[in-house]
Amino acid sequence: MSEIDLTPLKPALEKYIPLGRSGLLPALHAAQKIYGWLSESVASEIAKNLKVPLADVHGVIEFYSMFYNKPIGKKIIRVCTDQACALKGGDGLLDHLSHHYDVKPRQTTEDLSLTIEQSPCLGLCELAPAVWTMDDGRWTIGDGTKEAYRPSSIVYGPIRELTKNCGSGTTSLKKYGEYTALQKALQMKPEDVVAEIKASGLVGRGGAAFPTGVKWEGAAKAQADQKYVICNADESEPGTFKDRILLLDDPHRTIEGMCIAAYAIGANKGYIYIRGEYPYIVPVLEAALKEAKSAGYLGELFDIEIRVGAGAYICGEETALFESIEGKRGFPRVKPPFPTTNGLFEKPTVINNVETLCNVPLILSKGSLAYRKLGTEKSPGPKLFCVSGDVNKPGLYETPFGVTLRDLLEMAGGPSTSLRAKKKKLQSVLFGGAAGAFATSEHLDVKMTFEDLRAVGLPLGSGVVMVFDETRDMRDVLKRLGKFFAHESCGKCYPCQMGTQRQMEILNRVAAGNTLSEDFIRLQDVGWTMTDASLCGLGQTAASAVLSAMKLWPELFVEGRRLKVESQKVSEVSKVSKVSKTKSKAVKKVTKTTATKSKKTTTRKK
Amino acid sequence: MTATFLMDGKEITIEDGKTLLDAARENGIDIPTICFHEATTANALCRICVVEVEGQRVLQPACIVKAATSMKVQTRSEKVVRARRTILEMLASTMDLSEATDIQQMMYEYGASTSRFPDAERRESEVIDDNPMYIRDYSKCLLCWRCVQVCAEDAQYTFAINFDGRGYETQIGTFFDKRIPETTCVLCGQCAAVCPTGALKPKREYLLEQGMSPNEISVLNTSRKQRKVKG
Repeated sequence: MSEIDLTPLKPALEKYIPLGRSGLLPALHAAQKIYGWLSESVASEIAKNLKVPLADVHGVIEFYSMFYNKPIGKKIIRVCTDQACALKGGDGLLDHLSHHYDVKPRQTTEDLSLTIEQSPCLGLCELAPAVWTMDDGRWTIGDGTKEAYRPSSIVYGPIRELTKNCGSGTTSLKKYGEYTALQKALQMKPEDVVAEIKASGLVGRGGAAFPTGVKWEGAAKAQADQKYVICNADESEPGTFKDRILLLDDPHRTIEGMCIAAYAIGANKGYIYIRGEYPYIVPVLEAALKEAKSAGYLGELFDIEIRVGAGAYICGEETALFESIEGKRGFPRVKPPFPTTNGLFEKPTVINNVETLCNVPLILSKGSLAYRKLGTEKSPGPKLFCVSGDVNKPGLYETPFGVTLRDLLEMAGGPSTSLRAKKKKLQSVLFGGAAGAFATSEHLDVKMTFEDLRAVGLPLGSGVVMVFDETRDMRDVLKRLGKFFAHESCGKCYPCQMGTQRQMEILNRVAAGNTLSEDFIRLQDVGWTMTDASLCGLGQTAASAVLSAMKLWPELFVEGRRLKVESQKVSEVSKVSKVSKTKSKAVKKVTKTTATKSKKTTTRKK
Repeated sequence: MTATFLMDGKEITIEDGKTLLDAARENGIDIPTICFHEATTANALCRICVVEVEGQRVLQPACIVKAATSMKVQTRSEKVVRARRTILEMLASTMDLSEATDIQQMMYEYGASTSRFPDAERRESEVIDDNPMYIRDYSKCLLCWRCVQVCAEDAQYTFAINFDGRGYETQIGTFFDKRIPETTCVLCGQCAAVCPTGALKPKREYLLEQGMSPNEISVLNTSRKQRKVKG
């Protein structure tokens, strides 16, 4: 244990010592950067310096997937095998890489040169299959064939309000221009800024759709010596990548949004919490913060610190994110009390998603009235959609609220064409990510607004639109959802801790064709128990997509379903052809729908 | 100040600041609890005490939700019963409840089956016998957190134990899996005292159960060496 030389650690820890326990995650990151992993002696040294109990340091290391308490490869290749990447061959790529390097997934070579990991969603869904490699602190992003220092940004759509600067190739303040919206806000009274945000009708874009102005008002009215503004950039919802592009291509927009929020509520400190899977954003953001500081936008009155996560989806939950900044395991807190009064360090806190904050400068510059001209009455403004899966043009789409799913799919090139150039039909769309729900061709003409989607029981969530064509086996998709939640449950409350595990086990059986009698009702009980009784949003939505699939395709979940599935598939296809207005003459070929190697296929001509 | 509200149709008046669980207990309404303990901070994590509160989207944990005037609370609605039964069934498929008599009683009451989840992965681990005062049998641990809490700010400020892993893989653990004598543990025994399932148990009780006689145990206690107890 004493073989590890602690000399380089001490200077690296110095700047975190004044932070105390809150410096724990940054300190662990810094130590891991030096040693590659966190040994007992390194962890003890950190504990001693930051004055955190040893057992607690251990508990934190154990919580976050990307902290390692055993030696790990100098180079770590992480391959995403979640839904969107699975459609593009993520599993095959993982297999290929492990054969090529002769090391199994989740294992490390004997000489500690390489580790290969199967990773949850890396937020690179439009570039699927995604691979993220860290080699001695340097990262590359790629699909295994070509690699880059940063992921490319693919942005489409009829409007470019939030994404105006995305893809421009520069993130300089010069390009962004002065913070005119902030300057305008500073001419107003703080309460008028809050009123303007309220009048704009802006609601949170992270998934919960809570009115932003109401949140700000709560924190503005709270009395405290210290308040915080936090930008939640822990974007981890499978299928979501919008915040990655916004921060990487246009960091000043988010920073300006945070400055305005800080002025409105009276905060003097801000944090941007970025998920650990986005290391390439950190230097871009650091440079932008430096620029904003020299331009006088940040400084004594309000300053922003970057915090980097370490592989925990749950830290996107606002109270778990606070715990993480405070140097603890990312356990969500019970609410109430709410963050607006008891947030980070128990102080009044406004925590907003990146996209939400990007709307703020827009609202201030245009004025809420002009802002509301975009979108619909109840869902005003622009919206970003993360389109991935079986489309020709996956990417980030900016549209006003109110376009239909059909519009969006047409822009993105519908379910994509196969190699044999036969157009495949739409089977379903996963809305809102893993915590979302499935839509089918019946929903093509539903307007993409909060109110219209709610009316048909679909969540807009974080703007995920993941498309599956008719050849996809939905049971495989569900199996991956199950695995994702079982991996990401924090383990605090019983319904989610055990429910995500039991859900995964049942979905594995379903996907393997080993469905037991009563699995349907078991899965329902587990799903509803998680939905009704879990402590936080993760557990409450961990069964959302599964329950929606059970409603749409009950046949997939019953014993002896093979025959039934075939007939159900046919009726499904005929339904599609009735509704779908595209290419009605195409031959609808229903290929195998299972992972059970059933070779039966049904061909049906119209 | 008091709050007046309806619980299962019964009008209840209670001191302000009291929880729904307090109200139920004072009025002879049975709400089951697992993680709740008078001596520890309520974390509302077992969710067995959830009740249905009119106007709330999800079920509410009675152990921390404060009673408020004009609330309408159902303690045995269909949703509540399904959640409680399923939580109990999942517990039974996860760990050894043989010494958790309260939970066995709840299972009987809610018609919860011990074999509801076939082929479920169980949390199993060897008995850890590494100190003279208590044994740790995490096969019986249901992660109520009480031991971690009393070891930390709720009582002893010793911080000897915390968590290993995450999610279903969570287990109570020490710094880098150290043996208890090598941790900050002061053998105060409070963790064993609040353990509801026999996962933490005084060593003497454990040895007696293993069939050792009091005489044999006293010899063991005078010995400095740790001995592996043969079951």
